[in-house]
Order: sequence, then C-alpha cells, then structure tokens
Amino acid sequence: MLQDVDRIGPELVLMVTAACIVLVDALLRPPPGSSEDEGPRAWLPVTALAGLAAAVIYAVVLIQRDREAVVFSGTYSLDVFSIFFKFVFIGVAGMVVLASVDYVRKLRYQGEFWALLLLATSGMMLLAGARDLMLIFVALELTSISQYALAALLRDDRATEAGLKYILLGAIASAVILYGMAFLFGLSGTTKLVAADGGPSIASFVAEGDPGTRAGLIAAIVLLAAGFSFKVALVPFQMWVPDVYQGAATPVGAFLSVGSKAAGFAVLLRVFYEGFGTESFVGSDWSNLFAAVAAVSMTAGNVMALLQTNIKRLLGYSSIAQAGNFAIGLAAIAASQDGVVLGASGVAFFVATYAFTNLGAFFAVIAISQRTGSDEIEDYAGMGRRAPLLAAVLSFCFVSLTGIPPTAGFIAKVYIFNAAVQSDLVWLVIVAVLNTVVSAFYYLRVVSHMYLAPAPEEGDIRPGPWLATALAVTGVGVLVVGIVPTPLIDAAQRAASVFS
Amino acid sequence: MGDDNGMLTFIVFFPVIGAVVLATLPREQERHAKWMALAVTGAVLGFTLAVFAMFDRGSDEAMQFTERFRWIRAEDAGFDIQYFLGVDGLGLTMVVLTGLLFVVAVLVSWNVELRAKEYFAWLLALETGVMGVFTAQDLIFFFLFWEVELIPMYLLISIWGSGRKSYSAMKFVLFTLFGSALMLVGFLVLAFSADPSTFDMVALRDSNISDALLPLPAIFVLIFAAFAIKLPIVPLHTWLPDAHTDAPTAVSVILAGVLLKMGGYGMLRLVSIMPDTAQDFAVWMASFAAGSIIYGAIVTMRQTDLKRLIAYSSVSHMGYVLLGIAALGQVGMTGAALQMFSHGLITGLLFVIVGMIYDRAHTRDIRELSGLAHVTPVIATAMLMAGLASLGLPAMSGFVAEVTVFLGAGDRFAAPTVLGVIGVLLSAGYILWTIQRTMFGPRNERWADLPDATAWWEQVPVAAMLAIILAVGIYPARLVDVIEQGILPIATRLG
Repeated sequence: MLQDVDRIGPELVLMVTAACIVLVDALLRPPPGSSEDEGPRAWLPVTALAGLAAAVIYAVVLIQRDREAVVFSGTYSLDVFSIFFKFVFIGVAGMVVLASVDYVRKLRYQGEFWALLLLATSGMMLLAGARDLMLIFVALELTSISQYALAALLRDDRATEAGLKYILLGAIASAVILYGMAFLFGLSGTTKLVAADGGPSIASFVAEGDPGTRAGLIAAIVLLAAGFSFKVALVPFQMWVPDVYQGAATPVGAFLSVGSKAAGFAVLLRVFYEGFGTESFVGSDWSNLFAAVAAVSMTAGNVMALLQTNIKRLLGYSSIAQAGNFAIGLAAIAASQDGVVLGASGVAFFVATYAFTNLGAFFAVIAISQRTGSDEIEDYAGMGRRAPLLAAVLSFCFVSLTGIPPTAGFIAKVYIFNAAVQSDLVWLVIVAVLNTVVSAFYYLRVVSHMYLAPAPEEGDIRPGPWLATALAVTGVGVLVVGIVPTPLIDAAQRAASVFS
Repeated sequence: MGDDNGMLTFIVFFPVIGAVVLATLPREQERHAKWMALAVTGAVLGFTLAVFAMFDRGSDEAMQFTERFRWIRAEDAGFDIQYFLGVDGLGLTMVVLTGLLFVVAVLVSWNVELRAKEYFAWLLALETGVMGVFTAQDLIFFFLFWEVELIPMYLLISIWGSGRKSYSAMKFVLFTLFGSALMLVGFLVLAFSADPSTFDMVALRDSNISDALLPLPAIFVLIFAAFAIKLPIVPLHTWLPDAHTDAPTAVSVILAGVLLKMGGYGMLRLVSIMPDTAQDFAVWMASFAAGSIIYGAIVTMRQTDLKRLIAYSSVSHMGYVLLGIAALGQVGMTGAALQMFSHGLITGLLFVIVGMIYDRAHTRDIRELSGLAHVTPVIATAMLMAGLASLGLPAMSGFVAEVTVFLGAGDRFAAPTVLGVIGVLLSAGYILWTIQRTMFGPRNERWADLPDATAWWEQVPVAAMLAIILAVGIYPARLVDVIEQGILPIATRLG
C-alpha cells in the first residue's frame, strides 16, 4: 500500500503544498482595511513554485526507479503516457504561476488562488494516469471544482457570471459523463479500462465484439464524448468558453485554455484509444464521430473568432478552433507500418506545443491589460512601439497558432494533418487547412493593429521580471520547437506507444 | 562535386542571421542598417556566383551541392522530414537571380528612413525564404520556406507600402495561404501515396504514385493551384496588381522578380514528379496560358498607373512561362526557365525606374507625366532600354526567352502559340505607347526641375541589370547550358 502511495507522490506533494499555502495565508492575511503592505504574502508564489519543483524532482526519481507501474489494484498507472502529461501539466502550472505573480497582488484571495491552481494541477496529473472509470471521475471533479472556484475568484460581476455559468454547465457535463460510464459499467460489468492481469476490463469486453452490445456501446461513446467535449471546449459544448475566458482573471483563462484542454485530451486518449480501442468493431464509429466534431469545431470557432473585438473572447474562440485541430488527431486512428499510432502522438505533441503557444499569447495579454486596463483589440493599437517585447511575443504566438513557420504550431499542424492523411481523412484535412486561412485573417488583424495603427496614448509598457521570464520561456519555446522539434516528437511518440 | 560544403546553407541562412543582427542593432546605429544589409546580400550574391561558376554543367547528377540530414527523425511513423538542400540547373538559375535582385532591392531602398533597421531585417528574412524555396529538395522543407515568406511580405507591404496597403497586404497573404493550404494537402497525399512513402523530391521522381487515397488528377490540381496563384494565372491573379501597386519599390522588385518565379519553378518540379498526369493537363495549361497572355495584355493597355501597368504586364508575361511548361518538352521548358530569369531582370528594372520616377515626381499617373526625357535623360534611357527588352527586342534576353517558348510550344499547341505571338505584338504596343507618353511627350514645365538619377546607388543597379539583360540576349549559351542541365532530366521523364 505504501508503495502505491509512493507512485502518486508528485500529486501528493502538490496537494500538501496547496494545503500549507492556505493555512499560512490564513495566518498572514492582513485584516480588511489595513495598509497595502504585502509582507510575507509575497512568498506564497515562491512556495507554489517550490512545490512544483519538488513534484518534478519526485517524478524524475520515480522514472529513474521504474518507468512502468500499475498501482491501486490496477486503477492507476504510472507509464510513459502519464509521465509525459504530468510534465506538461507541471510546466503549464509553473509558467502560469510566474505570469500571475503581479496580477494576483491585487486580489484579496491570494492564498486560495495558488492553492486552487496546485489542486487543479494535481487533479490533472491524476487524470492522466487514471485507468479506471471511477478514478477518472474523481480526478476530473478535483480538477473541475478547483477550476470553477478559480474562474469566480475575482468576485466582480463578470467573474461571478463566468463562475456560475462554468459550474452549472460543468455539472451537467459531469452528469453526462457519469451516465456514459454507467452504460459502460452496465454492459461490461467492470470499471477498469484495461486489466494488466488479464481480468475483465472494458477493453477486453469491447474486443470481444458482441454485436448485441453495439447499440449500448455507441450510446456510451456518444455520452462520454459529449461530456469530455465540454471539458476541452469542442462544439457543440463550447458555449461557456468565451464568457469564462472574458470574465475570469486572465491568468485563470490562460490556465483553463491550456491545462483543462490538455487534461481533457489526455483522458479522451485513454478512454477511447485504450478502452474502446482503435481496431475494435466500434473503432471507426468513434473515429467518425470525432472527425465530424473536429470539422464543426474548427469552422465554428474560426468563424466566430472573426467577429470578436475583445482579445480574450478572440482567444476563447480560437481555442475552440484549436480543440478542433486536436480532435483531428483523435480521429486519425490508423497505425503506421510499425504500429505507432500517429494520431495519438499527434495529439500529445500538439498539446505540448499549444501549451507554449497559447500561454505566450495569454501572458502578453495579461501584461498589456494590467497596464491599459482594457482587453479590447482596439486598444492594442501601437503596441509594437509601446511594448516591443510583448507585441513581438504575441505576434509570434499568433503566427504559431496560424501554423506558419518557423514555429512549433507549424510542425504540430503538419504532423497532425499527416496523421489524418494516413488515416484516409483527406476531406478533414482539406477542411482544416481552409480553416487555417480563415484563422490567419483574425490573427494577423491583431498583429497589424499592433504594428500599424497609431498609439492612442504614449507610455512604454514593461512587464515585471516574473512575467518577462514567463514570456521569454514561451516565446523561445515556440521558436525552438519550431526549429528542433525532434526531441519533443520523440517524447510524444513514446507517450503514445502505450496505445500500440 | 562540391557536395556537403555548406555553400547552400550559407546562401539560405546567412540572410536571416543578418536579419537577427540587424534587428538587435541599437537605435543610434540605425543609419548603418543599409550598409549591413548591402554587405549581407552582397556576400550571398558572391556565393551564388561562386556556385554558378563551380557548377558542373555536363554532369548527369541532377542535384549538385547537396546537403542533407534528417531534420525530423521519425521514419517509423512515416514522418521523416529531411534538411535537404541542392540545386540543379533550374534551381541554380533562380538562386542567382534571387541573389542579384536582393542586392538591387537593398540599393533601391537606400532612401528608406522609416524604421530602417526593421525594414532591412524583414527584407533579409524574405531572402532566406525565397532562397530556401529554390534549393529545398524535401516537400515539407520546401513548404516551410514557401510559407516563411508570408510574414515578411505582409509586414513589408503593410508598413512601408502606400495606398491601400493593409488591404493589399492581407489580400496577398490570404491568396497565398489559400494556395499553400491546398498544396500542403497535396504534398501529404502525394508523399503517402508514393511507394515507398517519402517527402524526398528527388526520390519521388522515381517512385510510383498510387491513387488509393485520391485520384492522381486531384493531387495534381491541389498542388498546381498554389503555383497557379503565385505565378499568377488569370483568373487567380487579382492579388497581384494590388500587392504590386501598394508595395514599396524594393518589394515590387522582389515580388515581380523572384516571388512569381516560385510559381513557375514549382510547376516544373511538379511535372517532373507527376509526368503522366501533367500530360493529361497539358492542353488546359496551354489554354490558360494563352488566356493569361491575351487578357493580361489587354488589361495592361487600359492602365494609367505606371506600377499597375507593369503589374498587369507581368501577368501577361508569366503566361509565356506557363505556355513553355505546357509544351512539356525540353525546348519549351528551357524557354520557360529562361523567360523567368529574363522577366525577373526586366520587370525588376522597370519597377526600379518607376520607383525613381515616383520618388521624384510623387505621381505614377501616366496622364500627368510627360516629356521626362528632356529633364531626366538617364531615367528615360533606362526606361527605354528596359521597355525594349520587355517587348522582346532581339539582342535582349526577352527575345531569346520568348522565341524559345514559341519554338517549344509551336508544334504542340498551334493556337495558343499564335495567341502568344499576338500577345508580343500587344506588349510592343502598350510599352512603346507608355514610353512615348511619359518620356517623349511635350516638355512639361511642372517637371522642369526633376533631378536625374545621379547617385551611385541608383546607377549601379540599373547598369548592372541592363548589362545582364544584354549579355543573355547576345550570348545566351552560358545560361542556357545551366538551365538545360536541370531541364533535361525532367524532359526525359516526360518522354
């Protein structure tokens, strides 16, 4: 038992850090109305970073010892796939912490912010390793509930609306997921996705291919796909995205847009690639489902993004469109000659590059809105002059999101389109590439506004040292992965190798 | 010979390194930016000429100066992308043209004051993109450079342009991106349909392509469309007059001089990979070529803006390139390549001269300009020479190119060739008429004080370009030898 607990050490480290932060913050919090003196609360983000660093070290130690381990009676697995995503989540959380330091100073509930961030991260990490429906649900709720609270943390009208909308729709999505899980359990009599010991599992049940169970399985597939589509913001379950991104604190928006999406796709890969299987008798059914969802998401997200005048809403719709791109990888289930599942590795690679790219864009938005107090694209006029570094990073990230080289986004798109072509989804790739043309229009419009329009007011905008670090890391990351993508591609392929 | 010596890598990536250095220059050093840009483009030109001199014209080896290693290594996933540079005679011709025109572009920008270091940095970044297109021998690597060019062009037009510059810049990007989006699909399908699957453009020539995923004509059209937009072919040309007119002079030179050639170059590469499908489309290509030549020429006659006039004449002249390619024979395709080289110089020169006129007179309206030969004899002489070259006067490069195209296309497509010859007559008409109106009309007091082109950075590029135009016109063999080395294997495959 103790050995099993050891395997979820990184997650536990984060939970303990979160608890400590809440306790310490409660003791240090100045009474309402007292002076603005920050004092020891400034150490909270450092504590959060230390917790994340400790989690990384723990994870590395675990890998050094043994890469593969299935623990808690086969419900949780420490494998290359979950390790890949663990690092992605920790990285995302770390960068969000860096970018939020200045922003959070003006919040009343600082300790809660850091603690919820860490809790959500630990939930995501659990999610990536969960191999049992029950554990998946528990981890999902741990993540979601932390995020609901984060979304409302600003406590103004918009944030409250965002939080309420998020929690209501999220609760429905969770119910739908549970319903789908109930179907699966009813059919197969087990909650295990796969069983290492050859016992009963959903994977083995689906592999049997009893035609009588087909209708029930498809119902489960549709329900699970719908519920998870909410978490990753795929059409038609995307309606919360623009409101929440706009209303929530910008660092929270950044975290949701990247972390929540990555976690959602990690669990989608687990459930569908491992549970339902790519070569089973329902394989083409769910592949077609995701192909259709991908096409609709990309198109709807991009068309709506064209109409936006607020940068956070624009990022919201663009993230819906990008989720459509990820879903292409889900649909691309064909294996290459050597059995590497291209679609799965494509999703993993895309998620990692998207993390860099979208965080970079959000961080630039954080820095600019802190100074100008506005998220309207109109007010970005002249940023090329007022804030050269921020404008450059934002532009570069937008270029990457469009998929123009030399950026990570270019490689990710080529990779995932290639996977789809090899899975005989040429029509989907054509839809996708035409969508990149649409997206170029609204991304470049922001870029040209920053560099061409005259600035309405003067004054240089310089990000603080923490935020500047986060910006530099993301900007350089987008460029480096765009030029030397092989290490990350290798890692993604190794992660996806658990499915082959 | 000369493999793996890094010369092509230098040619492709030295400009972008220069761009990064320029971009980080402190503000007070900004006036040195143009000198640095000149040094960088000059060094690159030197290397391209060295490659031209060392190139083995008699060699059967299609690609020379090759450099290759795996860039994205994932062969087990069917996703092996190579860093693969190399030139054959065709690519080399384009590389030399590019090297030359970028030096010209820097010189004609000598007066740029607005955000000078950014301007030259983007210009250099653009050079990397163009050089990469002409030397990359891996489909995805090629595609990467094809798209790299977008952002520099977008910013160069929209920041340093004139008129409706944002509109034109966005139009340029969306047209190109639309084409390249389809091209990417075509490339992915092509590579996966080949046996064995590969992105290697040289290996693809020898592999069978199955139609399991998409019918071959569909693959051909997906890829061809991108090149047709770039060349451009009527009716996909509408981005070109806008982009040309609103771009700064140097960018017009590059756009007309080398960017359009990326389309023709790509077509020649495509027909060498899919020869049989290309044969099926030959009639279509010839018809569209004739349409472009005649339509472009007629529209040119109606223009009153000098830049727009040259832009439309480019549409017409690029029709000859397509006509030569459509012939799918050695003579015709050699003519097409020659026409690309020649047009790059001639139209580049015309844009340089129009830029000089605009700088001085602040108008490009043909109806306002008159009698410039009296006040600016140097500009007028250059304009006359460039005009004569453009209409295909013998002893100039344009003549050699067009005659070769007609020789190649004549026995296969009689009607389009006749239309092409009519196009030459039309172009003689509009060019002489334009020169007559602007240069030799009655002396106009309004322009009495117009200064002539006297600065070295104005005279050197004009003289150099004229010299090469004449040299190719009088003794084309030096260049044709090289081109044929590249065309011969393609023509053999087309059988």
